[in-house]
Amino acid sequence: MRATAATTVSAPIETVWAVVADPERALSFMSGVTRWEIEGEERVGLGARYRMLLRVGSAEIGGLIEIVEWDPPKELAWTSITGVDQRGRWRLRSVAPGRTTAEIRLAASVPGSGIAGWVAERIAQPIVGSHLRHTVQQLTRLVEHERMREQAAARRSARGAAAGTELAG
Amino acid sequence: MAGAGVADTAHRNGHVGSDEAHADSGGADRGPSLLGRAARGVARQVTSRIPRADLDERDPDFIRERLPLMWLASSLWYRAEVRGLGNIPDDGPVLMVGNHSGGNMTPDTVVFTLAFNTYFGVERPFYQLAHNLVLSMPGLGSLRRFGTVAASPANARKALQAGAALLVYPGGDYEVHRPFWQRNRVDFDGRKGFIRLALQENVPIVPVVSIGGHETALFLTRGEGLARLLMLDRLFRLKVLPISLSLPWGLNVGDMLGHLPLPAKITVETLPPIDLKAEFGPDPDVEEIYDHLIRLMQDTLDALAEERRLPVIG
Repeated sequence: MRATAATTVSAPIETVWAVVADPERALSFMSGVTRWEIEGEERVGLGARYRMLLRVGSAEIGGLIEIVEWDPPKELAWTSITGVDQRGRWRLRSVAPGRTTAEIRLAASVPGSGIAGWVAERIAQPIVGSHLRHTVQQLTRLVEHERMREQAAARRSARGAAAGTELAG
Repeated sequence: MAGAGVADTAHRNGHVGSDEAHADSGGADRGPSLLGRAARGVARQVTSRIPRADLDERDPDFIRERLPLMWLASSLWYRAEVRGLGNIPDDGPVLMVGNHSGGNMTPDTVVFTLAFNTYFGVERPFYQLAHNLVLSMPGLGSLRRFGTVAASPANARKALQAGAALLVYPGGDYEVHRPFWQRNRVDFDGRKGFIRLALQENVPIVPVVSIGGHETALFLTRGEGLARLLMLDRLFRLKVLPISLSLPWGLNVGDMLGHLPLPAKITVETLPPIDLKAEFGPDPDVEEIYDHLIRLMQDTLDALAEERRLPVIG
């Protein structure tokens, strides 16, 4: 089974990267994810390990994963250590100043599971696909909302500073 | 997958002698009738087929390869929902205690075994106790590779001492064949061996409450009288000969061949672990723990029943 979803976010690539690469924020925007915990010493970067679960149908599926590609702020990939075989990837690209495309891919399978495995993958595919679609939607909302608040805060402090200089003048 | 009267009736696995002695004394007045001899022959066959508990028979790769099939059954047929698996401690031995439903097909076991194995990974040792008859049934040998072992205090202790998670259904065959109108009742038939086991091994108990499994057929009666009449209790440690209306048989006596379960919606709720020594003092009273546990599980089952609008549909 392989699913993918992509979106364009109105934010610089570094801002988007800061969200997707942060293990503590996974639960807040990744749809269907019920667990995403740091396992071991490394928090981020190559070799960092997380214990994750994704709700698919009646089960929470996942296990221990490890970051195997780490190229900030563009590429992040993981594979499973335990649980069903799994590969995932975040692929970020800057398309224009302040515009970033974000794509998430997830592949999972159970080798040796025969016809039942084939059928289960066909049925799980749209479920995982919809989780990924919601994930990129929520990522967009989260990043753009945070960016708006940051810009508003910057304007406020700029106004405050201007008022301050006026008073001083 | 019935049976886990863990402590009291201690003899099984290979302890042929005591069972046979009972059978002999029971049949004495009838003399060596052909029927009696045949029944004892079958009993001997069954006893010889009960596998010795060998925890090594559990095969993680085998389980992983069967997860998709179980996922299909659990997700599509039973539309299952499993809650609170995070309540189970992440590692170390734990005794999970469930209410048992659905006759010999025990759909909640399929649902829970899948959920546990995907949540913690097939790498975590996880065993289930089952009735001798389940394990000696031809064609069900593969259950042992799932980690199913014959219900006995010795087997349970072995699994917990190995640091594994262990699932028991204290109500066993008695609870699993209760009549349909008692479907939302937790009934362990007063079996408390599992509590003594948890105390001796100093492991937490995690209650696992499920609903819906008993709506997969119309269970009419346990048939305890019938079982006594046919001496099944002495020959097979079987106190029931259940009668139900089920697919595809119609009237189903004994449920020995299983049946096609109706696609009832199954919900399983896992409760927070109970540390017996912390909650009930250093020298806890088994009766008190039993009453507390039954009340807790019954309250949860009542809450799950409240959520349900219609039988089967959920």
